[in-house]
Amino acid sequence: MKNRDQRFTLLLLIPVVLVLVAYVLYPSLRTLIESFQSKEGLSSANYKDFFGSESRSNLQALWNSVYISLLSVFFSALIGVPLAFIFNKYEFPGRSFFSSAAILPIVLPSLVGVMAFMFLYGESGLIPNAIKDLFGLKNVPFKIGGVSGILIVHAYTMYVYFYMTVSSTIRSIDPSLEEAAYNLGASRLTVFRKVTLPLLTPAIVGASLLVFMTSMASFSAPFLLAGGFRVLSLQIYFSKVNGNLSMAATQSVILSIVSISFLLFMRWYQNRRDYRMATKGIGAHRSEIKNPLLKGLMVAVGIVGVIILLLPHMTILILSLVPDGTWTYQTYPSIFNGENYLFLFTEPKIWDPVRNSLILAFLATLGNLVFGVLTSYVLVKRKFVGKNMVDIMVMLPWALPATVVGMNLVLAFNESSIFTFGHILVGTFWILPLAYFIRHIPLVVRSTNATLEQLDDSLEEAARNLGAKWFYLFRRVVLPLVMPGVMAGTLLAFVEAVGEFPTSVLLYTLSNRPISIEIMNQLRMFNMGQAAAYGMIQISLIGLVLFISNKFFGIKAERSL
Amino acid sequence: MSSVSLKNITKSFKAVQAVKELSLDIQKGEFFTFLGPSGCGKTTTLRMIAGFYYPTTGSIFFGDREMTKVAPEKRNTGMVFQNYALFPHMTVFENVAFGLKVRKLASAEVKKRVEEALAKVRLDAFIKRQVSQLSGGQQQRVALARSLVIQPEILLLDEPLSNLDARLRDEMRTEILRLQREYGITTIYVTHDQIEALSMSDRIAVFNAGECQQIGTPKEIYNEPANDFVASFIGETNLIPVQLEGVEGNTLQFCWDGDSSRKLVAEQPVAFSKEEALSVSIRPEAVEVYEEAPVNLQNVYEGTIELAQFTGAALNLFISLGEKVIQAMLLNTMAQPEPEPGDRVWVRLPESRVRVVPRVLEPKEGRRIS
Repeated sequence: MKNRDQRFTLLLLIPVVLVLVAYVLYPSLRTLIESFQSKEGLSSANYKDFFGSESRSNLQALWNSVYISLLSVFFSALIGVPLAFIFNKYEFPGRSFFSSAAILPIVLPSLVGVMAFMFLYGESGLIPNAIKDLFGLKNVPFKIGGVSGILIVHAYTMYVYFYMTVSSTIRSIDPSLEEAAYNLGASRLTVFRKVTLPLLTPAIVGASLLVFMTSMASFSAPFLLAGGFRVLSLQIYFSKVNGNLSMAATQSVILSIVSISFLLFMRWYQNRRDYRMATKGIGAHRSEIKNPLLKGLMVAVGIVGVIILLLPHMTILILSLVPDGTWTYQTYPSIFNGENYLFLFTEPKIWDPVRNSLILAFLATLGNLVFGVLTSYVLVKRKFVGKNMVDIMVMLPWALPATVVGMNLVLAFNESSIFTFGHILVGTFWILPLAYFIRHIPLVVRSTNATLEQLDDSLEEAARNLGAKWFYLFRRVVLPLVMPGVMAGTLLAFVEAVGEFPTSVLLYTLSNRPISIEIMNQLRMFNMGQAAAYGMIQISLIGLVLFISNKFFGIKAERSL
Repeated sequence: MSSVSLKNITKSFKAVQAVKELSLDIQKGEFFTFLGPSGCGKTTTLRMIAGFYYPTTGSIFFGDREMTKVAPEKRNTGMVFQNYALFPHMTVFENVAFGLKVRKLASAEVKKRVEEALAKVRLDAFIKRQVSQLSGGQQQRVALARSLVIQPEILLLDEPLSNLDARLRDEMRTEILRLQREYGITTIYVTHDQIEALSMSDRIAVFNAGECQQIGTPKEIYNEPANDFVASFIGETNLIPVQLEGVEGNTLQFCWDGDSSRKLVAEQPVAFSKEEALSVSIRPEAVEVYEEAPVNLQNVYEGTIELAQFTGAALNLFISLGEKVIQAMLLNTMAQPEPEPGDRVWVRLPESRVRVVPRVLEPKEGRRIS
């Protein structure tokens, strides 16, 4: 009787731990074991191979991954931080429009984004060729590919992290702090150096680590743009495709170690200092730009910026209207119609991937919703021993690169196990929704945690005091109040699942291939139009979901990151 | 409605003992207050009665039913939380109806009872409002109505007035008392505010550091504190550490601790031993102040006024007797001339009004004025 509460906690905890152990912990361990597997049994032969002198390619790939990530951090910061300053410190016409346009890159699934950049700035890209023709040049003036291509795509998609974290910090800085510094006689530069910048440091460091990790894990950009250039995430894929599973496992372990060290470093750094403002509820405080020349310049730069940001989206839209086989040797496409979209309804083969994506994403997200709410509730509102362990397991899929998550599943479930009730999952329909589900566990749990932590325990107690049993109060009190957080996470999980590429490419089968895989197939067959049409479908789905979440749940897209 | 008995309750959180060996009986229909500083165990005790904590040892009875480990939803207590804990996604009606719906009452009956309850707290006009649209005092009334509408056996109030401003607090004090009398319900009230405790309660239990120091009516607690903690926590008081020198019937003879030349006499029919650490407590309003040395009176000390504070109804004097500062409160009688800082005066601590108490607090210097 005494431990009624504890027994109930245990009851809630069992499914949570079971799922985490079976689908997060076990596959990771399986990979770790596999990495020590060689012909002679257990040995560190794979690691010797990796770091050995014979195959320089692996070490080279690791180094490439690291330096591309460092450069990505640099360029993303270079764009994101000044933008955050301009949009939050100054007032000029169109400011609020430009500032919401600045997060446009997040509506672009990674693979579609990379594809757009290829068509825009690649060898036969529209922009270089347009410049060539315009100035009558012999060759294209520039083209992206290899390192420069990856970097540009990274900078375009990842500056948003800097932009959003720095923006929210700037907004939270009490303007009276800077005013106090001016009042004490500090110059503009001193105020920036001694007050503003130190306050922004946590945001900048946080964003840097996030970009670093994302870029270490980046798969789509190297996959389409790298050419002969090797990065670690891609090496894993190649090892797997070549059937060298042990090496793929070893590469996965090494990539994971780098990622997880950064995650740990990030947590340590975030807990190191508390920069939260002592004051609360500060109004926005932007200085208006009075100089008409400067004002005009700002607006012009803003417009150009938005155009650059929107170009990828536009390109995909235009290309999606180009029928297959009509744009081969010509510099520019010349025929436009809705044929590619029409095929969706007439050709089952074309429609299948869309249907698959919707079903897969729906199933995975449903799982995330149920599991996320339960896990978050147990983590936030219940006391038990080993909470830290559960917390770490929940966060693990976030720290692991997508390719690694995919490899873990390949290695764990290409044989029957008790966790799959004796079935072999790899090669079946269910492996993909499982992969999406695992990838997005942290998303839903984190956003639900945030709202649950705001929920005063006394509400639950009041309900119990009034006679409500747990299930009743959970349904009538807890759930309605945390719904915004739950929905924010869930919708984002859905969006991500629709665009997910790295795990899909490792795990898909012909019958459950999602849109991303079909885009890759269509590109291989040089059906740019059809690929772009698929891209448009992904963009519209994502846009629709973000619109719905904003309209009906009042969730801002930027909150979900 | 029901009486409440706590028998030898102890509650430990890991190494910390929040409540130690607590036993008390609360009568049917009584307004009973747990009073004490924060962290003294009063809220923990209340939460054990509500069922949110189970005691580590000991047992809880409502009437003659043992409730020690009954789940909170089965206790039929009505609790008002410090932050009211109103459900923010529900209207006033839905909040008050919650407990009735849980009890599966017919909706017509629910409506009737909610309306009655809201009329009792004078909020009938606000029935359709969202709770966020109400003022603090109104939210408080909703919380009260929500707890009372389920006809609980015991009403539990956890510092319900601490989030209100001073004027509303006075108003709600009367309101709560009125409702309690009207429903005649056994009520346990937790507060750290001595004025609330003294003005509302039938009986008070004073807590400190997990232990109950004294249980008694407000008058007993104020006039006959059980020790120096109770004396100093409830109301203002002067505490003088003393040494017992002799006993003659009801008259106890002391000297000041650390100054055997200063004598003090008290009249109190309680036996103390010479080894015991004792203090003498005297309320500021009992201290008599003379401009000239009074003759043939005991417990008279010469001193200097250090500070005079005018509070409207009274004049607070801080009088330095060498090391010790004594606070005296004189009613504002508009008498002239007014005592001023620097004046030489004589204070008298009347034998019948000094109270000898065991010393449980660390011996402190008297009230110092900066």
